[in-house]
Formats: sequence, structure tokens, C-alpha cells
Amino acid sequence: MKKRKKTYLKNRVIFVDEQLIKNGIRIDGRKLDELRPIEAKVGVLKNADGSAFFRLGNTMAVAGVFGPRKVYPKHEEQAEKAILRTQYKMAPFATETRGRPGPNRRSTEISMVTRNSLLPVIFVEEYPKTAIDVHIEVLQADASTRCVGINAAALALADAGVPMRDLVSSCSAGKVNDTVVLDVAGKEDTEGELDLPIAYYPKRNQITLLQMDGIADSSEVKKIIQLAVKGCKQIYEKQKEALRSKYALEKMDDVIS
Amino acid sequence: MNEEKTETKRKLVIPGDELGEGRAGHGTYEENGKVYSSCIGLAEEKNGILFVIPLSGIYNPKRGDGVIGKVESIIFSKWIIDINSPYEAVLSLSEATDEFIDTTKVELTKYIDYEELIFAEIMSITKTKNIQLSMRNRKCRKLRGGRIIKVTPAKVPRIIGRSGSMVEMIKEITGTQVVVGQNGIVWVKGENEEIAAEAVLEIEQKSHVSGLTDHIKAMLEKKMVGQKKQNTYVNEEKKEEEDLFEKEEEDIFEK
Amino acid sequence: MIELDTHLIRHMALDEKRIDGRSPDEYREITIEPDFVTSAEGSCRVKIGNTEVLVGVKIDVAEPFADTPNEGVLMVSSEFVPLASSDFESGPPGEESIEVSRVVDRTIRESKAIDFEKLCIVPGEKVWMVCVDIDVLDYDGNLIDASSLAATIALMNARLPDLNDEKKSIYGKKGKNKLPMSGMPLATTFAKISGKIFSDPIKIEERSLDAVLTVGTAVKDGKTMLCAMQKGGTGGFSLEEIEQIFDMAIKKGDVLRKKAEKFV
Repeated sequence: MKKRKKTYLKNRVIFVDEQLIKNGIRIDGRKLDELRPIEAKVGVLKNADGSAFFRLGNTMAVAGVFGPRKVYPKHEEQAEKAILRTQYKMAPFATETRGRPGPNRRSTEISMVTRNSLLPVIFVEEYPKTAIDVHIEVLQADASTRCVGINAAALALADAGVPMRDLVSSCSAGKVNDTVVLDVAGKEDTEGELDLPIAYYPKRNQITLLQMDGIADSSEVKKIIQLAVKGCKQIYEKQKEALRSKYALEKMDDVIS
Repeated sequence: MNEEKTETKRKLVIPGDELGEGRAGHGTYEENGKVYSSCIGLAEEKNGILFVIPLSGIYNPKRGDGVIGKVESIIFSKWIIDINSPYEAVLSLSEATDEFIDTTKVELTKYIDYEELIFAEIMSITKTKNIQLSMRNRKCRKLRGGRIIKVTPAKVPRIIGRSGSMVEMIKEITGTQVVVGQNGIVWVKGENEEIAAEAVLEIEQKSHVSGLTDHIKAMLEKKMVGQKKQNTYVNEEKKEEEDLFEKEEEDIFEK
Repeated sequence: MIELDTHLIRHMALDEKRIDGRSPDEYREITIEPDFVTSAEGSCRVKIGNTEVLVGVKIDVAEPFADTPNEGVLMVSSEFVPLASSDFESGPPGEESIEVSRVVDRTIRESKAIDFEKLCIVPGEKVWMVCVDIDVLDYDGNLIDASSLAATIALMNARLPDLNDEKKSIYGKKGKNKLPMSGMPLATTFAKISGKIFSDPIKIEERSLDAVLTVGTAVKDGKTMLCAMQKGGTGGFSLEEIEQIFDMAIKKGDVLRKKAEKFV
């Protein structure tokens, strides 16, 4: 994760922490507690029952949802509730170095934590013996790919008409040059000290995804989580906006008496 | 005055939006004494029950719904019907006909065969989502020929229109038979069935447009003029027996 | 297969009671056996209650990764072998197995316990590659903590093989140099059941929980810090619950470190 910049002085290796923050401004011009630009659009795919596109700076992902539908293979079916199957994958061209196509350990783990971040809001009991399939495709990766995937997936689930208690919003916070920042990206990701992605369930003020790369003392970690929650609340507003705007015109005035 | 009523009643809500205090109806949930929306839809209130009409989502089967289904398999004295839902629907022989049929002598496929389409009514739904169909209602029948269109179940009210006005208009202008299933399957049959099908799809796409009825009417009339120019004769007979609620001359059990 | 009822677990949890009589912050009995396997450069067998894991550390010379030419390599994998539980199937690692190995990996890696530059033999050409393999032998919950404990002790006792004149590893006898490792990174897992927090969940508790949080801790500059986190389960945590777990993780981590120190 973090690679300190090495340089050689008289054949001795010394470390130089690259200046990624100057006077409270980050290398991409953002303030310490500022998110990258957000773009959210709902209903972007024709085939999927629900879909959404989400972008945070240079990281973008599209999510498609199928279901609730019959479960294949049948033995995965659960008698009292729907199962949620989540697949996160990165397109081979999403990263600077081409990624090998196909699932890997990282994408398997991210699929799992993504599923666990969304389950708390879904009314799985309303559709027993069915499967709700969520597919996330990361199109371009610049840190926080799992967060962007979750943001898109939550919107896609709502678009598909899957009954939910709330949306789920996700972003990361971390430490760069010993400073706590929101939404680590670019060089901050490769050279920073700590990265902490979360997913947030606004209505219950609960964290549904929590991971951390880096080492810090617990009081600092608490601060970082609080900052990430702040970021998630902003993302939540953008998600709601995107959802409303797709359906804004549906009034059905001259239909229902 | 009407518009005012519509504005407050049909507010667009998304999952998590607060609807107020009251009883939680369809499309909502209750938490800490308040009712919230569980889907994207239009918020409504009736007799103290707060509910949401969903604008998307799979078909949610309800008792009394008329649905179009296709025979998937036949087991013992029942047909298993695919009604565009993850849940199977069953039509038992006793619900299909009053006739006494000796199943040891006659095969069920003689009555309704694999892959055939039927229009049936949902008689009951168990807690485990087992759906029982019935064809006793005189509206129910086999649907022979024609073609089907799949639409989002949430758009079905639009396709039917207020008191059936939209679907009646399609039938009249195109001279086709149109049967609309609550489960998002629409069946059309007639010489101009493609035009009727296009109209149904157009309604689904443009369901949010106001003055949709006029828009569809204009579209149909334009297409029919084009069609008439192609046809060497106008088929007046198509206008007969198009009532959705009248049985066809062919009985369901015609051999 | 008829098994214990999760309803019972959840019901007892409301009063902070557990089916095996433990208190909420109590770990099961822990047995540690370092150097269990002599074919490995380091190993450790750990039992936490009925959960048993065996970790083997194999170290060999390898080429470094292109972007870190002066650093050694750490790889952690785990296998849930079928003999450990009727739930485990043979075949490639499933998501739970992958999760265990990746969380144990991050706990060690992010704590900076291993100085990877010290694992460099010939810059750009040869470095030490440390492979940590977790073999789950018996499953009764909390594989992450057992694996992390075994992995850390195995690594702390591991010896780099001696090198011959061609800079190739000599196996068969114990190397002179220890693997450079410090800080004793350990993962501690806490389950939320019926709104209450419990440490070291057993299998049936894992099946009954709302949510689970694993927190890795390590000692850096004399202070116990957090170095990894992983939330699991289908529910969520409030910020207060998370902070409560942080405090428990630091406490429990230190207790485990004290225990483990005797075996290093």
C-alpha cells in the first residue's frame, strides 16, 4: 500500500516523504475534508432490472441488478428469504497496468464485504426462495473502487424495485503526510499512510462496511471514521438526487382514479 | 382543485423517505412509530393507510389479479404456469373446468398443452408464495395465436388507462384483441397486432409524459393510415368480439 | 443436519449470557505449540477451544516484485480442509477462506512488523519470500484470531535458511538468522448478537450474529495501535459499538500478546 519515496544520498538510502499536502491543500487542489467530484446516474442499462453508474473523481463503476428471480443452482435457495449474490469485478483496462481478466482473491473478498454492506438495508424476507444478483463492474480505478461499487449497487437495487429500508453510501478517509483527509485518491493512495473505506446506513447511523489498511492509534482511527461518515452523508444526497431525477416525471395523473 | 389533490397525494418517494404516521401499507415499512417508503414510487394514503405505488420492480402477485401465463410443466392433475414471476403458479384441473375428467384416460395436454398461453385469475397465494390460479371467471380463457409483449409490471395501470380508456383506444383504432395481464404480460392478436404492440411499448417508455393518451392516439392513427395504404382491404370483422370480458367462441376445451 | 438453535443463542445474548457459560469478553482456553512442524522454517499450532489451526512458514529465495526491488515478499494463504468441518468442501478457497488469509495478511503487513527491506539479499535480484500457510484442522468459530495468533508466533520463531555459495537456500537444518519481526500483530474478533458484544465467537455464535468486527492490533513505539479492520456479517455497527470494540481489541490483544510472548 504505502511506498515511501526512496532516494539515494552518497550511496545511502534515505527516505523523503513526498509533500502531498501544502498549506491544507492537496495535490489535486482539494481541501482536507473535500470529496472528489461526484456523478451519479440511475437506469443506465437496458437488460438489467435495475442499474446505475457512479463516479468519484477518476474512479467509476456501473452496477446492474437482476431479480428477485429464481435461484440457480437450486440448492442455494433459502426457504424464508431472498439470497443476495454480489459480484465485484474490475475491467482489465481499469488500472494502469492491465489486470488479468477473471476473479481473484481481492475481487472475491470485495464481493463479500460489498454484499455484507448492502444486506442490512434489504428486505430479504419479502422474497423468499429467490435470488437478487448484483453485478459491479469497475470501469476505471483510482482508489475507493469498492466504495464507488457500493454506491452504484445501492442505486441499482432501488432502481430494480428491490424493497429497501434506505440507500447505502460509501467512501473512504485516511492519512496522508500525517494528516487526516477525506477520500484518498491518486498519489495519496499509493504514498499515503492509511486508507479506511466505510459504508454507511444513514437512517440508522450504522456502519455496514469497515476496513483499514495502515496503522494508527484508536483515537485517530475514530476521527478518521467520523470524517468518512461526513463524506458518506454528502454522497447520500447525491444518490437520492440521481434516483429522484430518473423518476421525477412519473406522475400517473391521468391513470389512477 | 384536482391538480392540488394530485400534487400532495402522488409525491415521488424513494426508499427511506418518511411518509408520516399511520398504518404501514404496501411498499412501506414502520420504524420507531413512523412509516417510511421501501421503494421508488408514488406515495398514497387511503383510510389512514400509507402506501406506495411502486414505479419499478418485479410483479407482486395479488389475489384477484388477472395474469397471462405460459404452461411450463404438467404434474399429476395440475398445470405449472410461468407467470413472469420467481414464484410458480399452479392451475389444478378442478379450477380449470367443471367437467369431470378421468385423468387416467385423458391427458391434460389435450386441454392446455405445454407452452400454451392462458389468461387466468389468481385465486389464492399462500404464505410461502405458492400461487393458485383459477379459470372459473368468465374472463379467463386460452390465448391462441397473437403475440405477447413483456412490460414492467409497474406500467400496467398506464397501459390499461383510467377505467380501461387506454387499452380500449388501442383496440378500437387498431382493431386488435388486447389482453393485459397484471403481471406485466400483454397479449395482442389481429391483423394490426404489430401496431398495437408498438403502442404498448411506447406507453411503457413514455409513461411519465402528460397527455400520453393523446400522444398514443396520434401515433396509432398515423400508423394505421400507413397500414391501410398497404392493405388492399379493410377487415371490418376484426371489430367483433373484442371485448376483453367476453369469452371467445372457442371454448377453452375445444379439441 | 439438526444443530443448535440460533434463537437460543440470541435469546441468551440479550442478557449477555453465552451457551458455554463464558462472559462476553472471555476467550476460550488457548493452547500454543510453536515449532510443531520441523519441515517448515517456522510453524505453530494453536487451539482456541475446539478450533484448531496449524500455520507453517516456508521461506525461500525468490525474485522481488518489479515495483519493490529491495523488498522481500509475504504471502498468506489459508485452506479450510474438509476434515475440519462437514461444512467445508474440497476445492479452491471459498470466500471465507480467502477472507481469513487476507485479514491475517493485512494484520501483519500493515503493522509494519516485518521490515521487508531487511529481507533483501541481492537488490533487484534475490529477496526472501515468506509464505505463510494456514491449515484449518478443526472448525468451531473464530478462525481469524486463531490463524493470526499462530501465524505471528510462527513468524516470530521462524529462521531464514542459511545460504550456500550460490545464494541458494540450504534446507534440512535450522538457519542461523531469525526472521526480522516485531510488534506482535494480532487480530481479535468481536461479534454483535442481540445488540451485545462478545469476543471469540464459537461456530454457533457466528451463525447467530448480526455483525462481526475483527480488529488487528500491534505494538508500535511502545503503544498498542490498530492496524487492520474487517467488518463482516449482514448487519451494521453504530459508532459507539465500534469504539467499544476498539477498546476491547486493545485490551484483548495485549492479553494475547502476553500469552504468546512465552512461546517466542
